Amino acid sequence: MATRTPISRSIAAHAVLITYTLIALFPVFVIVINSFKSRRAIFNDPLAVPTAETFDLVGYATVLKQGDFFQYFLNSMTVTVASLFFVLLFGAMAAFALSEYRFKGNLLMGLYLALGIMIPIRLGTVAILQLMVASGLVNTLTALVLVYTAQGLPLAVFILSEFMRQVSDDLKNAGRIDGLSEYRIFFTLVLPLVRPAMATVAVFTMIPIWNDLWFPLILAPAEETKTITLGSQVFIGQFVTNWNAVLAALSLAIVPVMVLYLIFSRQLIRGITAGAVK
Amino acid sequence: MGALTLTNITKQFGTVDVIKGVDLTVEPGEFCVFVGPSGCGKSTLLRIIAGLEDATGGEIAIEGRRVNEVAPAKREIAMVFQSYALYPHLTVRDNMGLALKQAGQDKATIAGATDRAAGMLALGALLDRRPAELSGGQRQRVAIGRAIVRTPKLFLFDEPLSNLDAALRVQTRIEIARLHRELGATMIYVTHDQVEAMTLADRIVVLRAGRVEQTGAPMELYNNPANTFVAGFIGSPQMNFLKSGALGLASDSLGIRPEHLALSRDAGAIPGTVSHVEKLGGETLVYVRTDVHGLLTVRLFGEHDYTVDEAVHLTPDQARAFHFGADGLRLR
Ligand SMILES: Nc1ncnc2c1ncn2[C@@H]1O[C@H](COP(=O)(O)OP(=O)(O)O)[C@@H](O)[C@H]1O
Ligand SMILES: [Mg+2]
Repeated sequence: MATRTPISRSIAAHAVLITYTLIALFPVFVIVINSFKSRRAIFNDPLAVPTAETFDLVGYATVLKQGDFFQYFLNSMTVTVASLFFVLLFGAMAAFALSEYRFKGNLLMGLYLALGIMIPIRLGTVAILQLMVASGLVNTLTALVLVYTAQGLPLAVFILSEFMRQVSDDLKNAGRIDGLSEYRIFFTLVLPLVRPAMATVAVFTMIPIWNDLWFPLILAPAEETKTITLGSQVFIGQFVTNWNAVLAALSLAIVPVMVLYLIFSRQLIRGITAGAVK
Repeated sequence: MGALTLTNITKQFGTVDVIKGVDLTVEPGEFCVFVGPSGCGKSTLLRIIAGLEDATGGEIAIEGRRVNEVAPAKREIAMVFQSYALYPHLTVRDNMGLALKQAGQDKATIAGATDRAAGMLALGALLDRRPAELSGGQRQRVAIGRAIVRTPKLFLFDEPLSNLDAALRVQTRIEIARLHRELGATMIYVTHDQVEAMTLADRIVVLRAGRVEQTGAPMELYNNPANTFVAGFIGSPQMNFLKSGALGLASDSLGIRPEHLALSRDAGAIPGTVSHVEKLGGETLVYVRTDVHGLLTVRLFGEHDYTVDEAVHLTPDQARAFHFGADGLRLR
């Protein structure tokens, strides 16, 4: 009996997790298999995997011919990575200041920064557009990076300051006594210990940025600044939609974000706190 | 001129007074132990000495120089923490050498100092490991080594043994005492454990709620406590406090150590019943319930057979008893 309970429990847990995984992956799976099929095959049997007769790369061919798809990719990548970098850097620094230093207005500042979690940044679209027009940033990737950095910071500060509070005071104090500057303490002692939290924040920040259609459409719709999500829209028309191309574009769009996710998820799993204290 | 002089140190967190005016001089080469119950402000006081916390009022001087405004790294102190606080990304060697490296010493000096400290603590074989690859006892030895490498004017220890198991605690305690003798350095050691205080200290500072209750050599505090708090805190098992009135004495309470209460089956001043017996081999502790004085502890040497609920009589050794007034102060 002693061993049976954990086994049955683990089977149940795995059953739930596997079911969830299947449900979550199903749409992705359908998109990917259909992207390799001819137009007729897509509509005849959307759930069938591509066979010798139905296999067709026309979607990919269209995507690669149409517009400057590689450029769109690069734009999406640039915007996502740059925004992520700034969100993590500024978020972590603000979180460190809020969790480490006692100063007047610390609590108010924390609340003010956290407020952004509850107020959608899109409510300010008109003002943001006016701001970008006034500063001549319309149709630049900088505009998108700025907006996404602002969008990602509240959650980053909120999560990271919670984690930084848990970093041992003794460790930071040992650094101070040994003559490390506050920057060294932050970068070499604290940041490595909150790496799993950083990875979590990175994943939560990255995905909405990569998938966003709203701000690219409003702030940077020019050909040379189009992101992949915006670029894919050319295949969706009011009357006809080129499904092959849409599915191929979507399948391609999954790849880079998946690579980024894999990089961060390794960090998520690798807890390197062991041995720091106790 | 003392190695460390504290003058009327106060500390408030918000509106809470945590340190309420501490004056203290620590002599060069002295092993000074701050002892007191949890939350009495020992760590706060140590952190003020280290410069990790600013004092609200008062002056801190190290070797006669005022250091209130001096950064921790420039105070020439070293600190050992309860949680070891080793740098997880550095090897033992680099952990120990970091302070000297930050101070701009050359490589040969750092290597020499690290090797010498490693030799004193038998850490030679561990120098290339990372903290994660060490046991708790080894980590604390590395933390002590890191302090030695700096050759500081003042060693500060904040409950360094609390995370170790009982056997390692005794061993490391002896090692710290040996280091103190060998280095002849001034050490300030914080603990809530009066046994550590008694065994290590040249001088004990008993703190309660942010105030110094009494300072003195261990035996001075043991034989000559200034008030009921110190009398109760120093010595294990705790001193018994009897109601003087019931014994026909003028004072408010009578303090008597467990070894100075005579236990008899036949006759004595205070009747009671045995409530619990602890046999430790070398000594036997008998807890006796009395009507007037509550639960009293008696310490007997050797093995004794008393059974629970047995009727017994206690007699305090008046010559070794302490008299206290209603305010808790000793009457002499
Ligand atoms: N940073 C802080 N902010 C507010 N109160 C604190 C802070 N640090 C310590 N205290 C309070 O000061 C008191 C003394 O703490 P401490 O010096 O750690 O006690 P000890 O080391 O003697 O157990 C405690 O009541 C604690 O709650
Ligand atoms: Mg403490």
